[in-house]
Amino acid sequence: MATAAPQRTARTQAAGAPDTVDTAAYQHAFDAAVAADERIEPRDWMPDAYRATLVRQIAQHAHSEIIGMQPEANWITRAPSLRRKAILMAKVQDEAGHGLYLYSAAETLGTGRDELLDKLHSGRQKYSSIFNYPTLTWADVGAIGWLVDGAAITNQVPLCRCSYGPYARAMVRICKEESFHQRQGYELLLALSKGTPEQHAMAQDAVDRWWWPSLMMFGPPDDASQHSAQSMEWKIKRHSNDELRQRFVDICVPQAESLGLTLPDPDLRWNEERGHHDFGPIDWTEFWEVLKGNGPCNEQRITQRRRAHDEGAWVREAAAAHAAKHTGTTSGTADTTGETEAERA
Amino acid sequence: MSTTDWPLWEVFVRSRRGLSHTHAGSLHAPDAEMALRNARDLYTRRGEGVSIWVVPAAAVTASSPDEKDPFFEPAADKPYRHPTFYEIPEGVKHL
Amino acid sequence: MTATGPATVPVTAALALGDDALVLSHRLGEWAGQAPVLEEEVALANIALDLLGQARFLLSMAGDEDELAYLREERAFRNLQLAEQPNGDFAHTIARQLYFSTYQQLLYAELAAGEGPFAPLAAKAVKEVTYHRDHAEQWTLRLGDGTETSHERMRRACEALWKFTGEMFQPVEGLDADWAGLDRRWQESVADVLGRATLPLPEGPRTGAWSAGAGRQGLHTEPFGRMLAEMQHLHRSHPGASW
Repeated sequence: MATAAPQRTARTQAAGAPDTVDTAAYQHAFDAAVAADERIEPRDWMPDAYRATLVRQIAQHAHSEIIGMQPEANWITRAPSLRRKAILMAKVQDEAGHGLYLYSAAETLGTGRDELLDKLHSGRQKYSSIFNYPTLTWADVGAIGWLVDGAAITNQVPLCRCSYGPYARAMVRICKEESFHQRQGYELLLALSKGTPEQHAMAQDAVDRWWWPSLMMFGPPDDASQHSAQSMEWKIKRHSNDELRQRFVDICVPQAESLGLTLPDPDLRWNEERGHHDFGPIDWTEFWEVLKGNGPCNEQRITQRRRAHDEGAWVREAAAAHAAKHTGTTSGTADTTGETEAERA
Repeated sequence: MSTTDWPLWEVFVRSRRGLSHTHAGSLHAPDAEMALRNARDLYTRRGEGVSIWVVPAAAVTASSPDEKDPFFEPAADKPYRHPTFYEIPEGVKHL
Repeated sequence: MTATGPATVPVTAALALGDDALVLSHRLGEWAGQAPVLEEEVALANIALDLLGQARFLLSMAGDEDELAYLREERAFRNLQLAEQPNGDFAHTIARQLYFSTYQQLLYAELAAGEGPFAPLAAKAVKEVTYHRDHAEQWTLRLGDGTETSHERMRRACEALWKFTGEMFQPVEGLDADWAGLDRRWQESVADVLGRATLPLPEGPRTGAWSAGAGRQGLHTEPFGRMLAEMQHLHRSHPGASW
């Protein structure tokens, strides 16, 4: 909803009073709300660092949806059956939709979408590194659905209970829609695995290439995770990276068996004592390299995103100019842009 | 930049006849007509709605969280507004 | 001339309508990840999905949808040349949408009112297509009457595609329609939108010099072959495979 920045209101009202006393009271109310599992809403006071963490995380999530369209859109024009073509188109469309929900959630924190996109385009904000890997065959579309979306869902389901209301609500909607994504990917791989020997090999090759990057999607190990502890305390995050990674591995092992495909990890085996699967070491050097921008597709993804944005500028300008000319029929909305932004800043 | 930064709209969707419109989310659009169409594409593509309202986000006036107590607390101590406040002898029907 | 039952599906007509929808859907699908604004990603994909749904229904009336989509050669496709034109800039895509969806809406409304084999599909599709036409109209108004740049781009796009608009009203075997009447109403409708968009109605011929009725007879433009090569390559690389 509309979000006159609460912080400002609070501080403005407290002008003259010692700022620290006031902040302490607000901080206390905030901490109590989080502790009681209540949701924080846009106009509530919140610590600056909480706001900044949320903007960073929601924006990164939104960017991931938008950049994530590219590796899959890469196959829309080559989908091998009309049924698959329709499914893939609907899926890529959902990702645009999810990006929109998330940018809206980020905007409730006072940062406009243009500003967020600008940060994406200039490399100041990140997106999930997984999308810096290429989709080389049709089976990659299936592997993304099964493993990448599977990992994303494992990460995202707990976010439906995130302490920040708009983010939690966006995630509820997204998770509902995501479940089709994972299933279609699994079904796609199953068809390949049970198909011709060439198709089976294609599926195995895709799983071989996507398995480890999918495990990296849960982020660095807990002892190396920079933001984890504070985010857990704020209930933005509910489970640690390693916990979620383990959960994902445990879910995938029997699913891979049903697919008739193997997961590319010789150390993968059931550990009776732990009640979990053990798995081999993750190549964190690769993770940090891709994160730094040295992945196979980092440059390509951003270049395409920037190009689409730049080439669309004249279209966005035209619509804005048209709205300005026809203010009478558009409830005077054409010139409210500035106000909205100011209010949100 | 500012010429291309379309305003934000709040979207309300009636999920089926007989229910009221509820807030579904927001989106950007250059004007009301496009906002309505974008809302249709974004928020009802799985058949979630039969009617849509779009409202410029800037036109929403909201109560402030700082005013929460004076706004809402006075309503909490008027139990006589609720039917459960009244004791009715057992056996009396249609009340 | 009009077939009346499913046993006598007019294959030529099913292919003509089905190929139009398939090919245009494919072109719109090429926009994924490239649209000028996120909201438009969602809108273009919706239209592409509607068209793909129509294509699958129509091709299935004529045979196996995948065999027809993936195993025919270029010369066997019966779609309009308009539908296969490359996306160009957003103005070209919108002009193509305006011309095509206006045609499709008028034709489907007429088919829906009749009792031919396409009436049930047309009744459902006409609702989808009405929205497509509205989308194209809204954008034509905004680009035509937006900035100088957008006006110029939209004017050029409408002119560039004008020569593909005559072909739409060549009678199609198996489709019982008042083609001359459709053409007249199409021109009125398009002229009205362009007028409100402050755009001139293109002049010049509405068909190419040698290609009257071309797409419907399997004569296409060069970009179409490349489009099919991309679309069919994977399917053809694995003969007989299921997906």
